[in-house]
Amino acid sequence: MSTQNDDEKEDTSGRPTKAVVGSHRDEEEVFGKAYDPRIVRRIWSFVKPYQGRIFISVAAVLVFTLTQLAIPLVIRYAIDHGMAAGRLDRSVMISATGAFAVIILINYAASYVQESVVGKVAENVLSDLRRAMFSHLQRVSLSFMDKTEVGRLMSRLQGDVNSMQEFLETSVMSVGDIVLLFGIVSVLLWLDFRLGLLTLSTMPVLFIVRLFWLPRAKVAFMAAHETNSIANGALAEGIHGVRTVQSLERQHVNFDLYDEKVLANLRAHLRSAKYAQVMVPIVDTLTGVAMATVIVVGGSMVLSHSLDVGIMVAFLFYIQRFFDPIRSLTMQYSVMQRAMASGQRISEVLDVPVDVSDKDGAVKLSRDMDGSVEFRNVTFGYRQNLPVLKNVSFRVNPGETVALVGPTGSGKSSSMALVHRFYDVWSGQVLVGGHDVRDLTQDSLGEQVAMVLQEPFLFSGSVLENIRYHKTVATREEVVRAAQAVGAHDFIEHLPNGYDTELEQRGGNLSLGQRQLISFARALVADAKILVLDEATASIDSYTEMLIQKALVKLLEGRTGLVIAHRLATIRGADRIIVLQNGEIVESGNHEQLMERKGLYARLYNMNYASFDDISEGELELDAAVGKAT
Amino acid sequence: MLGLVWILSLNTQAIGGAPERGKSFAHVAEASWGKGLSTLLRIVRMTLRHPWQVAITIVSTFIAATLQLFIPRLLGRAIDQAQGVMVAGADAAAEHALWNTALILLVVSVLRGLFTMAQNYFGEAVGHRTGYELRLAFYEKIQRLSFSFHDKVHTGDLITLGLLDLDGVRMFFSTGILRVVLLGVLIGVGAYLLISTDLVLGLLSLSFVPFVAWRSSVTQLKLRSTWLTLQQRLSVLSRVMDENLGGIRVVRAFAAQRHELEKFDRAKQDALDLATERVDIRVSNTSAMNFSFLAAMGLVLWFGGQKVIAGQISVGTLAQFLTFMTILQMPVRQLGLMVNSFARASTCGTRLFELLDAELDIEDAPDAKDLVVNDGVLRFDNVGFRYAGAGRPTLSGISFEARSGETIGIVGPPGSGKSTIAHLIPRFYDVTSGAITIDGQDISKVTLQSLRKAVGVVQQDAFLFTTSIENNIAYGNPWARETRIGQAAEYAQLHNYIIGLPAGYTTVVGERGASLSGGQRQRLTIARSLMLRPSVLVFDDSTAAIDAGTEQRIRAAMKRFAKDRVTLIISHRLSSLMHADQILFVEGGRIVERGTHEELLALGGRYRALYDLQLRPDDDRPAAMGAA
Repeated sequence: MSTQNDDEKEDTSGRPTKAVVGSHRDEEEVFGKAYDPRIVRRIWSFVKPYQGRIFISVAAVLVFTLTQLAIPLVIRYAIDHGMAAGRLDRSVMISATGAFAVIILINYAASYVQESVVGKVAENVLSDLRRAMFSHLQRVSLSFMDKTEVGRLMSRLQGDVNSMQEFLETSVMSVGDIVLLFGIVSVLLWLDFRLGLLTLSTMPVLFIVRLFWLPRAKVAFMAAHETNSIANGALAEGIHGVRTVQSLERQHVNFDLYDEKVLANLRAHLRSAKYAQVMVPIVDTLTGVAMATVIVVGGSMVLSHSLDVGIMVAFLFYIQRFFDPIRSLTMQYSVMQRAMASGQRISEVLDVPVDVSDKDGAVKLSRDMDGSVEFRNVTFGYRQNLPVLKNVSFRVNPGETVALVGPTGSGKSSSMALVHRFYDVWSGQVLVGGHDVRDLTQDSLGEQVAMVLQEPFLFSGSVLENIRYHKTVATREEVVRAAQAVGAHDFIEHLPNGYDTELEQRGGNLSLGQRQLISFARALVADAKILVLDEATASIDSYTEMLIQKALVKLLEGRTGLVIAHRLATIRGADRIIVLQNGEIVESGNHEQLMERKGLYARLYNMNYASFDDISEGELELDAAVGKAT
Repeated sequence: MLGLVWILSLNTQAIGGAPERGKSFAHVAEASWGKGLSTLLRIVRMTLRHPWQVAITIVSTFIAATLQLFIPRLLGRAIDQAQGVMVAGADAAAEHALWNTALILLVVSVLRGLFTMAQNYFGEAVGHRTGYELRLAFYEKIQRLSFSFHDKVHTGDLITLGLLDLDGVRMFFSTGILRVVLLGVLIGVGAYLLISTDLVLGLLSLSFVPFVAWRSSVTQLKLRSTWLTLQQRLSVLSRVMDENLGGIRVVRAFAAQRHELEKFDRAKQDALDLATERVDIRVSNTSAMNFSFLAAMGLVLWFGGQKVIAGQISVGTLAQFLTFMTILQMPVRQLGLMVNSFARASTCGTRLFELLDAELDIEDAPDAKDLVVNDGVLRFDNVGFRYAGAGRPTLSGISFEARSGETIGIVGPPGSGKSTIAHLIPRFYDVTSGAITIDGQDISKVTLQSLRKAVGVVQQDAFLFTTSIENNIAYGNPWARETRIGQAAEYAQLHNYIIGLPAGYTTVVGERGASLSGGQRQRLTIARSLMLRPSVLVFDDSTAAIDAGTEQRIRAAMKRFAKDRVTLIISHRLSSLMHADQILFVEGGRIVERGTHEELLALGGRYRALYDLQLRPDDDRPAAMGAA
């Protein structure tokens, strides 16, 4: 066999050419402009409700900083007026210690108020922000949701919101840092102008050094962060895909590839540690220089009695606090950049337009409406100039079941979405119970039109909660009745806790067929006049399949049904079949009528497909040929 | 040592109160001190694999801390020198003395900076290197642990273990061990220096240490346990959001936005309440620590001032005490972090090591040889199987034989054990009784690697990796040429679809890539298994989402190669397997009927019943399938 020879030529000793572990996610922009007034205004609108508290905390920060500034001054006073040679005075000591006690009490209160208020406001703001985004996402158009990955939205709701929290907390602290910086500068100059100036001359040096250091360090920090998330991604993939890895014997290849990623991460971390640590001796040296200056210059001034020794002590105290504000303020710059980038993304979510909303004076769809559905010359699409439905008109009479049939992309799902007004039509009208859906409130429409989706989506929570998802007031009896009606009762009873069994995420502990039955029960409890149903395509074992077919009949009893049908049994059970192709109705009638016509329906039917949906336009011709050949 | 025991006991208290996240690892929380202690010792041993770096770090820490302790002394001396206390005589001599002190101070500062840098850098380096080794060991272990292990343990727990717990262990050296050294030197040597200078002032300046140390430890442990709870509440919140966004169509379909917002609000409020509570815990601690420190400073000022006035000490000595305190303040406040680091390392480490030490229940037998396939005869000899912990056996008395070129169909109701048969052949699980042989070689006596290369299982819901289609198909043979990849895709009836994609074979699929339909995913999985050219190919219900027509074409394409291998088709769709040379009907873990399609139909048993059930709705259709 020729292929066998091919195999021998494959060299499996070198590096595999077709292998990667973990995927490289496109990292989003982490840093934005340091200041963007539009975003700041937006975020401010969320902070505004708390502005009273913000005011209090800023005041507390100021008081706190002032007490910090005052402490060395009290010590200076005690030394110079109470214990310096020739000026021993116990009463000064009493007043100085008294002042000290008062200051530290104020310091205690201020530090408590400042941190607690800021911390809580930040938690509240971020919670509000998240809620605003979440509730906005409940209203935005589905076309936005369709084209946006859930993971991406989640990272807006989590990562971006969290980085705003960091920003809010540190901004108030930065106010304190700025005050502290200016405070130290002024106090030093005030205590002794010349000595102050000399000592302060080290400050700009640090500032300049950090200006050069920061952009380089940031690159190193980012690299460490990024290689880390790459390595973590590879690990997660290894865990999720472990069964596949083992069955295809990829352990060795993967181990080597993973080793590369982890090693790259190690290197990046070491590099970023270098950058972080190189600042330490620089700051320590500058502190040393400043202290040495005070000792030499200040010391000789004290010797010549042109400076009080207490001032020299105060200088030495201030120097130890000197560089902290510069350090945190330069860091604050990056925090701001990060916050702006996140704020930008948060604003984007909040700005997504809501294109389907209740119009003024929208009426409630009453329960007594007749339950008819009608499409009048409907044209609709998702992208401009690419209509998915073209001038489609049909009517489903009250109580009738109509099956929509057609190849993939023929517009079946879109028709279904329009009944529920997930989208608005381009032209024409969709009428439910004789009303244009755009004149109705969305809530009342949702109550009268129940929907069963192809992929039964269940929420975590108990089976009971899931079945009464739509109608949370439904009693346990109602739920059980519905489950019995669709034939789900038996297997639910067999679950560990019956109806109270907690479902795993997305109902992972149930089979597809079982999830389908639960979603039927859910629709039954909703008890709407109109049922829109998209049948599952995947084949389900015959036993469950039988239950589902029976349930379907039950579900459609006494309701108007619009069914996207894939199963022949369902299609033939319908009162009427509408065949769609390329967004147009090509045929309509019952099974016998359509078979007689020998049109598209007859061809699809004769192709022996389990489901009509799996056939794409292109395959149609080809399949017809193959089908005949076998 | 006493301190360590105390920390460990605090730790068990704090963790005992916190709700648990992992089921299988839950018992670790109640780990005894002894276990925690041995875990910590094991981490220490791991870090000692880098003896030089550890030595440099510890020596640097010693030197840096000692140098730092000199600074208050030098400052005090300078102050006294400036007042002319120490140098009697000429101003020039006094100035000279000041210059001297300043120079020493400068040198000490520079050296201290350099040694601190070395301490931090090498401390981090040791941690990261240990982390690197742990990551590799963890990854390797995960990849080798059997299916039964992975069935038991949630993937989420494994990821937490590999990310957070591993970090807890990695950071132990720099945040735990090094801090002990640093604090030991600062407090020990510092206390000695202070107390030997002046007993009362020395004790007063250290008076804040025990209080702050205690407060900060208790707070950190409290924060740690509430952190675990907070993470849980946050994960509830994110689950609410994630499900809502993922199921947005259901939400809209039932007009359930209001209900969803209520759910969100509840979860949000739970998280917010705890977050606020944590702010209180944190803040009351910081302000209390600040206060106690400043109060101690006030006492030193008051009593020190008295002593200065009484002429017992100099102003310089007082200043020395005060600056000492400022130096001590930061590390003492961080003592809580150190305690936390011990707590974290001992629980995280215990969990992590438990996994690393877990026994591999499926691995090569000691004298395993490579599997040699000649005739390609697969035999099940009275095979029985029971899942660990299950009461009843899943399979019993399964015997059949398949020769190269033969196709065996396995059918049966859900839960009958038919998929389990597929999992036994590549030893995803080991048989409980009986034996499986390939060409007479017991599969439990051959190397896993050779066995799994010879057996391809196309799984029901296979995992796609987030990479190109090409890489996914070549997953089991990443050295493969493009022509072979294309060929496999053609057999699986996927080639035409792939070349229709804008990026063709380089299109990225998987979790974050282009979405494939269920049927396309299954076809990709089939192509992936074909790449291995297995001698035994098992379809484990892997065509459920593929329509009958395409399935027929796949079968036709593969027929050419079927003569070199045994094919096992497990399905609930009869049309997928009615052409098989032998069909086994499995029920309750036993083969209840066997034979060809015609034989089984003639038998009129369960197979026949299933056939009627599946075909009845369409019995008036042309009998194309039966004929095929």
